[in-house]
Amino acid sequence: MITVKDVEHVAKLARLELSEEEKQKFTKQLGDILKYVEQMNEVDTTGVKPMAHAFDFVNVMRDDKVVHEQTKEELMKNAPEEENGFFIVPKIG
Amino acid sequence: MDTVTREKYEVVIGLEVHAQLKTKSKIFAPDSTEFGNEQNTQISPITLGMPGVLPVLNKSVVDMAILTGLALNCKIPNRCKFDRKQYFYPDLPKGYQISQYDEPICIGGCLDIKGKRIGITRAHLEEDAGKLVHAGADGIAGSNYSLVDLNRAGTPLLEIVSEPDMRSSDEAKAYMEELRNILRYIGVCDGNLEEGSMRCDANISVMLKGSKEFGTRAEIKNVNSFKALQRAIEYEIERQIDLVEEGERVVQETRLWDDNLGETRSMRGKEDAHDYRYFPEPDLMPLEISQEWVERIKETMPELPKAKRERYMSLGLSEYDATVIVEQPELAFFFDEVIKLDANVKTSINFLTGEVAAYLKEEKLSIGETKLTPENLVELVNLIEKGTISNNIGKQIIFTMLKEGTSAASIVEKQGLRQISDEGAIKEIVQEVVNSNPEQVASYKAGKVQLLGFFVGQVMKETKGRANPKTVNELLKEFLD
Repeated sequence: MITVKDVEHVAKLARLELSEEEKQKFTKQLGDILKYVEQMNEVDTTGVKPMAHAFDFVNVMRDDKVVHEQTKEELMKNAPEEENGFFIVPKIG
Repeated sequence: MDTVTREKYEVVIGLEVHAQLKTKSKIFAPDSTEFGNEQNTQISPITLGMPGVLPVLNKSVVDMAILTGLALNCKIPNRCKFDRKQYFYPDLPKGYQISQYDEPICIGGCLDIKGKRIGITRAHLEEDAGKLVHAGADGIAGSNYSLVDLNRAGTPLLEIVSEPDMRSSDEAKAYMEELRNILRYIGVCDGNLEEGSMRCDANISVMLKGSKEFGTRAEIKNVNSFKALQRAIEYEIERQIDLVEEGERVVQETRLWDDNLGETRSMRGKEDAHDYRYFPEPDLMPLEISQEWVERIKETMPELPKAKRERYMSLGLSEYDATVIVEQPELAFFFDEVIKLDANVKTSINFLTGEVAAYLKEEKLSIGETKLTPENLVELVNLIEKGTISNNIGKQIIFTMLKEGTSAASIVEKQGLRQISDEGAIKEIVQEVVNSNPEQVASYKAGKVQLLGFFVGQVMKETKGRANPKTVNELLKEFLD
């Protein structure tokens, strides 16, 4: 079962600040989701190999070639802030 | 610390080495991996982690990882996959790093250093992060933001994890050096510690000698030179022994090496960030590496440093010379060409590790950037071997050859450097020198035999260094004794 403590921990790892109200709300919501997914455990999986993907593809690769499609200006358009072609982020450390 | 205390303990070291693989494009995006370009000019929606993009694995990355695994005697499992390692940091645009968690591409290898075998636990593929530039660093005091350059983000890395098999900073350094040699010889990484194309984290603990249980380890980051690696290990050994001796305990933590202060510092507070919540990367399909694929790569394996060293030593090189030349792959490849041309090995190696290496260092060039060819060097060596020119003359003209690409024979002819071995001609000059220095002759005869060097020098001056030194010595002794 998900506890408020779990939510606080995950929020901290995600650098999210939650109000008390939100913590309560998310604890319930996340708990409900997990409970829902838990139904999967009722399926008998004896003899079924664990899988990481729904598809059976393997070895999807590309050749080592440089392709440059967008300019720096286009790519940085969405940056909230920039300086001299750098992205600006809050001070670290 | 007193040696008695120090001697009671044994250090246990394991290294995690991150090697940037020398591909043209990134591991999951087609952006260039070139080093040193203008910030954020090698980015794409994939590198920026924009919604809806799909990473696609670079095949060369896999080939290089297999080659490295084979060079390190690893097994290449038939299957491996990629996982997401979640953490938040501004140099990681997606909020997770694509890495390999429980099914890495290489497992269970080893590397030999100075007669000792160091185990390699595993090697796994992952993507590099971007670079943070702290705005404060360039003088904007009190700046409240950092700058991010994502050119490096997505550069392929192979993380090579050793077993905790090293017992001294010397062994750790030897392991790092040999690993670097191997990576450079197989052409997967340029091994530049300063530029960060090869980076190392050291796991260090101490225990009482003879103890079976390892002490608690600290992980040291930011060691970016061989010297820093050794210093950081020595510092940690003392710090940890001090703690144990005072009855305190070593905390398992990540510590940062400060090269200026010469100490490690705790990165406390970042500890709880180590909850990475790995899960299989849904955007990437697993890899299935067939035996045929591995065999195909194996066929491209060049001669490895250890085999090269042993071959050179079997040709008559000292262990020292063999080690020195193998540490410089380009020089070693050049030397291999020289060997094929059947030149005197010892004379050739003396030029390469002596004058040539010194010139390259001084001019900051690689041998390929000079005009010296293996054929020209061999001609020079042969001229010396035949006695046509003296070794000293050879040492002078090698520099002209490096700079101008001229053949040794043509320099010798043009400048009249042919060695004078004719006894009669040298005798005349020796006679002259003896006659014109009566005072020195008297001192020599009175027992000041070290003056022989003076006479040799005078004869050499007269002949512009061309007289055969052996003949000069013999004749001088004949005249003086």
